[in-house]
Amino acid sequence: MDLFEYQARDLFAKHGVPVLAGEVIDTPEAAREATERLGGRSVVKAQVKVGGRGKAGGVKLAATPDEAVARATDILGMDIKGHTVHKVMIAETAPEIAEEYYVSYLLDRTNRTFLAMASVAGGMDIEEVAATTPEKLAKIPVDANDGVSPEKAREIVEAAQFPAEVAEQVAEILVTLWKTFVAEDALLVEVNPLAKVADGRVIALDGKVSLDANAEFRQPEHEALEDKASANPLEAAAKAKGLNYVKLDGEVGIIGNGAGLVMSTLDVVAYAGEKHNGVKPANFLDIGGGASAEVMANGLEIILGDPDVKSVFVNVFGGITACDAVANGIVQALELLESRGEAVTKPLVVRLDGNNAELGRQILADRNHPLVERVDTMDGAADKAAELAAK
Amino acid sequence: MAIFLTKESKVIVQGMTGSEGQKHTKRMLASGTNVVGGVNPRKAGTTVDFDGSEIPVFGSVKEAIEKTGADVTVIFVPEKFTKDAVIEAIDAEIGLAVVITEGVAVHDTAQFWAYAGAKGNKTRIIGPNCPGLITPGQSNAGIIPADITKPGRIGLVSKSGTLTYQMMYELRDIGFSSCVGIGGDPIIGTTHIDALAAFEADPDTDLIVMIGEIGGDAEERAADFIKANVTKPVVGYVAGFTAPEGKTMGHAGAIVSGSSGTAQAKKEALEAAGVKVGKTPTETAKLAREILLG
Repeated sequence: MDLFEYQARDLFAKHGVPVLAGEVIDTPEAAREATERLGGRSVVKAQVKVGGRGKAGGVKLAATPDEAVARATDILGMDIKGHTVHKVMIAETAPEIAEEYYVSYLLDRTNRTFLAMASVAGGMDIEEVAATTPEKLAKIPVDANDGVSPEKAREIVEAAQFPAEVAEQVAEILVTLWKTFVAEDALLVEVNPLAKVADGRVIALDGKVSLDANAEFRQPEHEALEDKASANPLEAAAKAKGLNYVKLDGEVGIIGNGAGLVMSTLDVVAYAGEKHNGVKPANFLDIGGGASAEVMANGLEIILGDPDVKSVFVNVFGGITACDAVANGIVQALELLESRGEAVTKPLVVRLDGNNAELGRQILADRNHPLVERVDTMDGAADKAAELAAK
Repeated sequence: MAIFLTKESKVIVQGMTGSEGQKHTKRMLASGTNVVGGVNPRKAGTTVDFDGSEIPVFGSVKEAIEKTGADVTVIFVPEKFTKDAVIEAIDAEIGLAVVITEGVAVHDTAQFWAYAGAKGNKTRIIGPNCPGLITPGQSNAGIIPADITKPGRIGLVSKSGTLTYQMMYELRDIGFSSCVGIGGDPIIGTTHIDALAAFEADPDTDLIVMIGEIGGDAEERAADFIKANVTKPVVGYVAGFTAPEGKTMGHAGAIVSGSSGTAQAKKEALEAAGVKVGKTPTETAKLAREILLG
């Protein structure tokens, strides 16, 4: 889960990383009081989870509370690279910036460890620094168990060649930033720019944090950080039902068991769609190993509730789950939906293979639902579902 | 001979007394696996009956090894306790730890992986969030259904559970030496490369099927490895061509970030290494079939 800047700022503050004061608001009027609380001047910053806000006009200085209201009016509702601005942060104006640095910790998948990255060439896109002047970006592996001690922090500071006058402050920040990274189960904590300001202080002026969804079991506070307002309503409804669902922009609804098989199903449908008006998968939905009637019904309900969906492809490989149980699940799900008063009007193509496939297919044949069509190969079923969606 | 797991393997189950652990221990026993014990400190000294097989419960992995000579552990404990369970297995220096548990926090995996390294990597770790591995006809450590296929000469390594089953099913008439589900988390123990190296060295494997998916660069690195080190034919499949950027597709590690981790890049890297890559699982199976049977 990627956080907004203001949420990252809050987490930095919580763990002792120096930041500027600020608060988040969602109406222009609120900018006035927030700016007054900051002494009458502020920076109005669009809160969107995408880079390049400044260039897009999403970060503006306000010299008076009235100006803050005007700037917030401009920025709220603005579209930045496809992201609508719903919130702005009213931040304390930074003292004059002398230098801009970069520091981050992230997961290094390739080397299966954590990595510290630091550069005195901050303030710009770090991927650009890495590409054009890689010598200016220090990358130091951090052992997950040893973490970042003051000694390790000094090693990072030296590797990135921070100026002597800020070395101690940056090292301290590196230690507190590591605390943030670990305590919050983050996959990324990034400060860019980390600024040296006119009075000599080093402050985190902007930051990015990405949190590990798998750590929810020990991070009860993280749920509140979810951006429910911007979530796709179908994704939100699926999440509320505990379903692993991602909305896509096609016409063929997909239900399958197992993440890899579902991803593969999307691809196979997209290939089949090339022959049928270019129809594409409408979603990713993994109902997992169990595939009970209730889960199947919940999944079908979400997918049938998507107005873009023209046909549904249920692709199940019975590994541990027996296909007869899945077939019963589909039949019961249809009955359940019909009993809830929801008309099932979109065709379903079902492919069952693996454990007890014959029994499962027989159950579907016996039920003989007019909208359910059985196709026994994955590629064939994908083709049928695409054909039905293209009609 | 197979890789990592044979009929000689003595298997213990951490979390055997839990519901998932019980269910799958029963299945492992039914498929001929030599399950010699379970581990649960609160139930040490008791036994669990599995259709007439009385399996003893030990207080620790160390004790289980001392009493039974176990060399494989399959871990079913809940995600909160997984790190401690793996560290216990590493401390006991068991040869193979298969971590089935899904939803392990990345910091926990990073910590037990770093710990394994600090202890000299005496324990091979498979997973977490994986279906385990099976050597058909010999032994089954994890949750892969044992009745899909039979012993044969194809080696299979895959990030995905159900795609593993699908591929085993597609090629069930030819059969497999070993099938290894390595899991789709951002950090995993055994990688494609580890399995490729083992299959290359295994005299009972004639062809390797490798299944990858979006996220990370494991497939690209596997492609480099194949080019330099693998003489046996390799057939590949990559899932996730239609996955949008920035969205996690089921597996915690299955995410395209910016331009990195795309299925297209993985496919191209594999093809450049001489791997035949199928567009669908069925087409992939067909490619394997053509190579093996002409």
